[in-house]
Amino acid sequence: MPSTIETYFDKLERTRMWRSIFRSGRGSSTLHNALAIQQNVFLHLFPTKVRKRMVGLEATWYLGTLTLGTFIILVVTGVLLMLYYHPSVPQAYSDVKDLQFVVSSGLFLRNLHRWSAHAMVFLAFAHMFRVFYRGAYRAPREFNWVVGVVLLLVTLLLSYTGYLLPWDQLAYWAITVGTNISSAVPLIGDKIHFLLLGGNQVNANALLRFYVLHCVILPLTAVLFLAVHFWRIRKDGGLYVRESEPGTAGAQPQPASEERKKL
Amino acid sequence: MTPPKDFTATVGSDMRVSQRRVLFVTRRTSPQVKTYDEERVQTFPEVLIRALLAIECMVIALVLMSLLFNAPLEGIANPTNTPNPAKAPWYFLGLQEMLHYFPPVVAGVLIPGLLIIALIVIPYFDINIEAEGLFLKNRQQRLRLSMIVAGALTIFLWFFDVYVALAPTVFVAALLVLAAFSTPESPSRFRRYLALRPISWWIMTWFLIELFVLTAVGTYFRGPGWSWVWPWRS
Repeated sequence: MPSTIETYFDKLERTRMWRSIFRSGRGSSTLHNALAIQQNVFLHLFPTKVRKRMVGLEATWYLGTLTLGTFIILVVTGVLLMLYYHPSVPQAYSDVKDLQFVVSSGLFLRNLHRWSAHAMVFLAFAHMFRVFYRGAYRAPREFNWVVGVVLLLVTLLLSYTGYLLPWDQLAYWAITVGTNISSAVPLIGDKIHFLLLGGNQVNANALLRFYVLHCVILPLTAVLFLAVHFWRIRKDGGLYVRESEPGTAGAQPQPASEERKKL
Repeated sequence: MTPPKDFTATVGSDMRVSQRRVLFVTRRTSPQVKTYDEERVQTFPEVLIRALLAIECMVIALVLMSLLFNAPLEGIANPTNTPNPAKAPWYFLGLQEMLHYFPPVVAGVLIPGLLIIALIVIPYFDINIEAEGLFLKNRQQRLRLSMIVAGALTIFLWFFDVYVALAPTVFVAALLVLAAFSTPESPSRFRRYLALRPISWWIMTWFLIELFVLTAVGTYFRGPGWSWVWPWRS
């Protein structure tokens, strides 16, 4: 006897509306499950099946998944923070003060955004090193590694541009120290510095530029490259498995199996 | 006699779907084909549920952290009052530490630029594809070469007084020597492990340790005027 919730979902899945949205149909056969991935614009970036031993925690530590998780948290909390924030001097600072002391859950929102941002930078680095040590950058995955490096840089830039937005002493001087380095570029250093800041020092123009980069340009770039990054996993034959590639430790069965135990 | 072709060609018969389909099966089949019969699970629902669970656990951890610890917020930005030291975000402190020793054009432009290029080209160099232990072949010659590289690096870092980056270099060089005198049959598990490491592993591990040490020093051990401080004495 199915429970009430089951019958409810059963009825829901039969409705015309549901069927018009989810075209994979009812049932949990292999075909239906495959269609659920294939027929969804977001999920179709992923393969319909994954090697069983790649699903376990020890293969990937889920570092890529977790990095995506932090990105989603950052988009949600970031959009909510934008509702309370004006990118102008000195309004920006008082907005952040308001978030700390006036806005309901504002303090929590900012904390979550801040800590998730740190977590994302850390996880992106960890993911990169994990991929390297497994050798998962090898052919045919070379280009996906390059896309990953681009995503790492975008992550760093996202975090860095966000650093200025509270407009406190910490933000101001961290950005001053960082952007001063750009002046050291031979020949065009001062021009790059001016272009970054919209002036010769960190001021209201720089705040606006960093705000636009942080809230529009860099997130869009990240989403674009993320889509390519995920899609390429499928196109390059799924998550990397050592034994399937020639010229790796997999050629000699003994060290390979030992390796897996250690990982 | 014509030389044997590198492929066989067939023509598909489903003319109604596509007018003509030519299939080339090359001799070197793609690596994925070999493991095709491997056990697989469906992305929906098995893998997606696991991914969601992993993310959910992380969200719980981050929410707890956000409830317990507040994000820093100092006084309003004041261009006339420079804090000492003025530090970049933690992930750039390794570079800021380098900035202490080298001119900005080296530490701020050359080093990060070369790092990014090095990361991008990793998969395109055969040296990174080779998975054999570094000292399994030509041991004497390779040991000599790696000692020359490590020695040159040590002298360079010594010359500029970069002791913070020098220590990990000497540490990795010591491990290299240990690896050179270890075999895959060694009774010690650690030495067996070292003996099987390829050259790319050594370079990346050196970089990882440097990154970790420089970032940690920049974060915890630098005070006013970028002088050395002990974090537990402040």
